[in-house]
Amino acid sequence: MIELLNVSKRFVDNVVLDGVSLTVSEGETVALLGPSGVGKSVTLKTINGLLRPDSGDVIVDGLHVPRLKRKELSQLRAKIGYVFQYGALFDSMTVHENIRLGITDETCYADDTYCENRVQEGLRLVNLALDVAGKYPAELSGGMKKRVGIARAIAGKPKYLLYDEPTSGLDPVNADVIDGLVERLQDELGVTSVVVSHDVRGSFRVADRVALLWQAKIRAVGTAEEILASQDPAVQQFLERDLEMAVIRESGGGVRGGGADGHHV
Amino acid sequence: MANGAELTLDPLRLVARSSLRSLDHVGRFSFLVVDLFRGLPEWRIWVSRTLEQAVAVGYGSLFIVLLVAGFAGAVTSLQTGYQFTGTLPLYYAGAVISESMILELGPVLTALILAGRIGARYAAELGTMRVTEQIDALESLGRSPVSHLLLPRVIAGLLVVPALTMFANAMGIVVGYMVAKGSLGLTYADFEYGARYFFRPLDLWYSLIKSYCFAGAVTLIPCYIGFNTQQGAEGVGRSTTTAVVSASVAILVLDALTTKLLLGVK
Repeated sequence: MIELLNVSKRFVDNVVLDGVSLTVSEGETVALLGPSGVGKSVTLKTINGLLRPDSGDVIVDGLHVPRLKRKELSQLRAKIGYVFQYGALFDSMTVHENIRLGITDETCYADDTYCENRVQEGLRLVNLALDVAGKYPAELSGGMKKRVGIARAIAGKPKYLLYDEPTSGLDPVNADVIDGLVERLQDELGVTSVVVSHDVRGSFRVADRVALLWQAKIRAVGTAEEILASQDPAVQQFLERDLEMAVIRESGGGVRGGGADGHHV
Repeated sequence: MANGAELTLDPLRLVARSSLRSLDHVGRFSFLVVDLFRGLPEWRIWVSRTLEQAVAVGYGSLFIVLLVAGFAGAVTSLQTGYQFTGTLPLYYAGAVISESMILELGPVLTALILAGRIGARYAAELGTMRVTEQIDALESLGRSPVSHLLLPRVIAGLLVVPALTMFANAMGIVVGYMVAKGSLGLTYADFEYGARYFFRPLDLWYSLIKSYCFAGAVTLIPCYIGFNTQQGAEGVGRSTTTAVVSASVAILVLDALTTKLLLGVK
């Protein structure tokens, strides 16, 4: 389980998070929605300890992340897969080496056969051909980089997956492919996930619950139906703007768990 | 930039702010050095990467180091001839060329060249990795950036810089002798006599110790600056130039300090 308890974070005079609280249950996928620059990625980085909150607590797997020592934090991070917004692939390494580095168990990492199988499995799960393994990140398209980033994040068989804008910068077709991938991984691996996004339609598709981060605070949390039914002006404003864009791009797409499929578009 | 008025109008605040910033750098730099020592037991990770780095920066820098050292030896030889001809015995040229190369020109010129080559490379590499979140990615995989990225670079520098300095010393002396022979008519026997007459074993140790100090400046400062890069491509550019300038200044300061401390000059 992931718990954020009254988390606050500021950078000099800029308050990014102001008393943010959120709980993600075991096996659940929560999408963290919000406009750009609102602190979604910062929230994600406090979960795996890349950023330390100024106040409040973050509890992952029963451990208080801000209080963990270096080694304990490394051990916890081995259970958390992190998909970065722009892939963050190591550009001096091949795709194979990148994915292999995601194998966080040192005994497994030293086993070449295990690693080879794991890399192939990772590529299969993200729908990439095996010959991609020998390429360098500079030879890949944006969508392929994101998929390799996901393959690296799942290579260590994590218990938690954190996605930072997995579809940003992609065309609608590729964004749909990635959304489908996130959804499928969720079903196949059963991990607890937090998906940061500003894409409402994609978030409704992949998440069990959605949280809207607005002006440094969590403005609304609930299922897709609950969010759509919200009378909060900020929620409505955000949804209307994004869903209009979705209508323009294409119609269709569903809501995870059914119910509201199509109603919001 | 938002506080531009404060920055320009209040000198006291300016001094206080830059003092705080300097203290912040000193503190973070110290923590980085401590982290490097703490990373040493993870030798399985850094040893192979160190060898790769040492080959890349050492082999790649050999030509330019030898070229500069050769010219330094040649110019020292010509200037010695210009100043000493008709006033001092010719064998003095052997002493001046060899001692200048070993005590000063070899270590300092090599370090300054490597501050540009290795320093810029390290700062740009690490800075790019920082702004493209590759360092965050490494940490998020539970792996230490210190043992994966910093230790290999620092140790490679500590291996390579003294070795290149010794090559530079030798190159400068050899070219210096050849130029002295050609332009001054200095014989090998005179050159060797002069070089031996003024040589003390401490000189070579001094050269080596100095090069290790310079190696620290050439590797640690760019690694620190690159590792703490912010603000995208502009930040990488800023880090790279800051790293080269800071490492060069540190080399000159260390040069004065080591001369004072090791040679006991009053």
